Amino acid sequence: MDITEYIKLVFTDYTLRTITLGTAILGAVTGMLGSFAVLRKQSLLGDAISHAALPGIAIAFLITGAKDSNILLLGALVSGLIGTFWIRGIISKTHLKSDTALGLILSLFFGFGMLLLTFIQKQPNANQAGLDKYLFGQAATLVESDVWLMSIVTGACLLVLLLFWKEFKILLFDADYTKTLGFNTKFIDILITTFIVLAIVLGLQTVGVVLMSAMLLAPAAAARQWTNSLGIMVFLAATFGAFSGVFGTAISASQNNLSTGPVIVIVAGVFVLISFIFSPSRGLLFKQIRFIKNRRDLQLHKTLSFMYHIAETHENISHPHAIKILNNFQGFTKGTLQKLVRKNYVKLEGSMWSLTTEGFKTASNLYNQQTENNE
Amino acid sequence: MKNNIAIKVDDLTVAYNYKPVLWDIDLEIPEGVLMAIVGPNGAGKSTLIKSILGILNPIAGSVSIYGKSYEKQRALVAYVPQKGSVDWDFPTTALDVVMMGTYGSLGWIKRPGQKEKKLALEALEKVGMLPFKNRQISQLSGGQQQRIFLARALVQDASIYFMDEPFQGVDATTEIAIINILKELRKANKTVIVVHHDLQTVPEYFDWVTFLNVKKIATGPVKDIFNDDNLTKTYGINYKVSIQE
Ligand SMILES: Nc1ncnc2c1ncn2[C@@H]1O[C@H](COP(=O)(O)OP(=O)(O)OP(=O)(O)O)[C@@H](O)[C@H]1O
Ligand SMILES: [Mg+2]
Repeated sequence: MDITEYIKLVFTDYTLRTITLGTAILGAVTGMLGSFAVLRKQSLLGDAISHAALPGIAIAFLITGAKDSNILLLGALVSGLIGTFWIRGIISKTHLKSDTALGLILSLFFGFGMLLLTFIQKQPNANQAGLDKYLFGQAATLVESDVWLMSIVTGACLLVLLLFWKEFKILLFDADYTKTLGFNTKFIDILITTFIVLAIVLGLQTVGVVLMSAMLLAPAAAARQWTNSLGIMVFLAATFGAFSGVFGTAISASQNNLSTGPVIVIVAGVFVLISFIFSPSRGLLFKQIRFIKNRRDLQLHKTLSFMYHIAETHENISHPHAIKILNNFQGFTKGTLQKLVRKNYVKLEGSMWSLTTEGFKTASNLYNQQTENNE
Repeated sequence: MKNNIAIKVDDLTVAYNYKPVLWDIDLEIPEGVLMAIVGPNGAGKSTLIKSILGILNPIAGSVSIYGKSYEKQRALVAYVPQKGSVDWDFPTTALDVVMMGTYGSLGWIKRPGQKEKKLALEALEKVGMLPFKNRQISQLSGGQQQRIFLARALVQDASIYFMDEPFQGVDATTEIAIINILKELRKANKTVIVVHHDLQTVPEYFDWVTFLNVKKIATGPVKDIFNDDNLTKTYGINYKVSIQE
């Protein structure tokens, strides 16, 4: 199937539409919440939560013996929450660093989950096959009810974000201060963490335990590059996330059914890469361009201010001087001289140069600025 | 004027792990003073402020603000944290940070409106940061960030101000600007408590001082207790400051 065929199918084919919608919503909600994880410097949190969810899936399966995805996800939710609150407990009770606590819970729960999965695989139960889809995700198994569930959680998340926007913002920026103002910071924290857990659990079926944290981090990291406003960042992260979902699904469906989860994550990664390079204020490209431009300007200014000092000694500022005397000055090149002429700061006549009035003015401003800065 | 007790601390003991970092602190701070808390690094100065403000839970002791618990008197208290305690790369503007000072009186859910914005702009003006109101906070210098924090506390329009090293890393001009604001607060009979490291300026800036090093060494009027004896007790080495008076 090629891409045009795919686009046609999205609007006609029920399954494809469901999957596309599901991954888009998932991308949006994880991107949105990921902004908060990134700004709290809790990048590992998503990873820990998704890995902590695995034993819950296995246990839910062992108890019910059924593969109903809602029941399994409920199990994931419970163990994800337990893992999350253990992490909080470890951090506040033992004074271990937060990354230590996250790493600990992550590997402990994941190890336990894998143990249970291998145990289940040895069982003589025809139902067992397919549990491993939660490891790497399988978007093809999304059905309409899954998408509904995602929409409801996303809607609730949006509502809570809008209601408690101010509280979230101030908590993210300055938690101690928030406490002194009388806000229950624990409540705000638990609220946001619970939604992060919910979003991650919802994504397990599609993207899987292993890659889920990328869905949380990549869109947010990309969005941070483009804006200095929290609101816009959250909005952009949701948009990038949604597009990662849509593009990822399109690519995987049109390329011989490549596994959807990894493709979505790669698309999100491309967003990050592009953002890191091309963002106007923080991107590497523009930083480099600004750096080069500044260096060039500096060269130009050095030459100009040197000329200014020479011209200053004459009553007539436009008195011509020999180019030769500039040779004593290291920074001078033909190129910079040409540029000064083009900017109409300097006039050239044969082997003589003279400052124009404009050039003199610019140079004297430059000089004043420099001395001001040195003070 | 100095008969009212603004802050009273009784037998306060605070520990992060097992060893207390504040030990049995008693303090009575009268209303309307400009007080310095001095002591070496790790003496527990920040911890003391955080415990008074309820950010930390003490293992023993109690704190009262005008005779009542901090929870009841929150609205009377404003806080300027140590500048390094937040991430200044957070995506927000100077005005937005100052506006956070109004969140407490707004309470849950309600958003700041025109009135809050006006208050924030006034506070920015007071600290001379109005031209920077729309600046992304990471693009402010250290001294400017400090002023933003000060403006955020001013917006709270409190009776008691706690400031953790407001002079840290600011140049002489900013320091004078800040101290003038603090003196103005005192003139309005507000109580201002400042963690301060520059011992030379204590007599010039403050009228009250508390020496702290895990235990309270001394507290009282600068002119009575700011002497080499207390400084030596607090800093452990033979201290000689020439008090310029
Ligand atoms: N979060 C924490 N966990 C464990 N110990 C802490 C914590 N914060 C501070 N301490 C310890 O408590 C003691 C007092 O710290 P505090 O920050 O109150 O000192 P300070 O007087 O403000 O120092 P400074 O002048 O460096 O700001 C120090 O020994 C410090 O190591
Ligand atoms: Mg401190």
